[in-house]
Amino acid sequence: MPKAQLKRATPVMQAYQAFASAREPARPMARNLAIAFVAGGLVCVIGQAVSDFFVHVCGFSRKDAGNPTVAVLIALTCLLTGLGVFDKIAQFTGAGTAIPVTGFANAMASAALESKTEGWVLGVGANMFKLAGAVIVWGVVAAFFIGLLHTLVAPGR
Amino acid sequence: MLQGHQSWLFEHQPIILSTAAIGGPMEAKGPLADDFDLLHADIRMEQKSWEQAERTLLDEACQKAIEKAGITKDAVSFLIAGDLMNQIISSSFAARTLAMPYLGIFGACSTSMEGLAIASLLVNTRSARYALAATVSHNAAVEKHYRYPTEYGAQKPPTAQWTVTAGAAAIVAPNDGKGEHPVVTRATIGRVVDMGLSDPFNMGAAMAPAALDTLISHFRDFDLPYDYYDLVLTGDLGRVGSRILRDLLVEHRVDIPQDRYQDAGVLIYGDLPEVLAGGSGCGCSASVAYGHIQRRLRDGELRRVLVVATGALLSPISYQQKETIPCIAHAVAMEWPEALHRTGGDAP
Repeated sequence: MPKAQLKRATPVMQAYQAFASAREPARPMARNLAIAFVAGGLVCVIGQAVSDFFVHVCGFSRKDAGNPTVAVLIALTCLLTGLGVFDKIAQFTGAGTAIPVTGFANAMASAALESKTEGWVLGVGANMFKLAGAVIVWGVVAAFFIGLLHTLVAPGR
Repeated sequence: MLQGHQSWLFEHQPIILSTAAIGGPMEAKGPLADDFDLLHADIRMEQKSWEQAERTLLDEACQKAIEKAGITKDAVSFLIAGDLMNQIISSSFAARTLAMPYLGIFGACSTSMEGLAIASLLVNTRSARYALAATVSHNAAVEKHYRYPTEYGAQKPPTAQWTVTAGAAAIVAPNDGKGEHPVVTRATIGRVVDMGLSDPFNMGAAMAPAALDTLISHFRDFDLPYDYYDLVLTGDLGRVGSRILRDLLVEHRVDIPQDRYQDAGVLIYGDLPEVLAGGSGCGCSASVAYGHIQRRLRDGELRRVLVVATGALLSPISYQQKETIPCIAHAVAMEWPEALHRTGGDAP
């Protein structure tokens, strides 16, 4: 609970909050971290396999194989999201599938699916970035400042 | 008749003529599956949107209750309904189909008993002949409205609850003196209680104090012994909230026997792992009270039941603006009339 709210809470409220939190199951942090570590690694292994496929079978350079690899992972995630499986996997894997590109693809695909009943323009079009939009906006802002820092610290490199 | 501070005594003992509960695929997997009148295998219910599916559930619950009561739609004086959608669209749209005089209510997950209390009051004061109290929730529609898109993969904490997909309805009628149906004897309208909790993935803990407040008020207003009821059923506190309430009851010396207390959110899904802390939503307390509990009442297994439906009165916006969760609980007592006579209860 944020500090500002804690200040407003009366002693009775604070007493109850302590009473209640003593009776709530905590998030299984160690288990979640371990599963996320393995699952995230597994996503990377799949990505590596796809990348190797493009390099060795299709004759792409290592650098050129990057984009089609991401596209395959995105397509796979969208398919799993549409089939209604991804959310069940994600409840188990947590950050393992949320942090890689799979999480981003799922955020977009699920929002698009959900708003289809509200029409293509104001439904899908407007709501597709409902969750992913935050990542894009703050990703760009962060990139801008990192870029600025880079220019100041190591100009011309 | 007003009794005590915040309760109604229904001295004419309106009867619960019929009840109906319609569920979805997840409810069919739970231990109470047999107590539903109809269970849908398809979560979409052959509709185009989640919202339409929710409306269908409510439609079907109302139609089924009318059918089981053996009356016609026109005989119903008032429909009192509510749900969790913005502007309670599911209820209003179902009311359009049913074409009945309609009162829309919102009490979040406490809507079931709010509706039953109002319906009973209307019948008790002869302001209605037949009153239909109904409510509904649909897992996907509610998830979409309150949380994330249904297919979004966010990991929920173990305190999170699973919104029940169910519509349920009850028809309240004047007492015909035949003693064939359970009667509604008392209701206690709850106060809004906010203990400063703000996590929408832990609503059981937020709602437990509201349930306690209403329980204390109920037993105080009617001056009843704590072991008066065969069963006290709370709305949708789930495993976390009901555990907290059990301990709160002990702490506040409300000595309801532990084996006579149960929670609808725990009962409806049993040990299904997907539901985490248990069921929630308008349909949770409604379908358990109108399905499971009614069946046990009518089988004679239970004689006196108090249902305390709990509701978290938050909105997706209030949560994002870091507001805490105001909670409420309404209690309604259902009994067999002879159970009252035998013990010289407070009703005539």
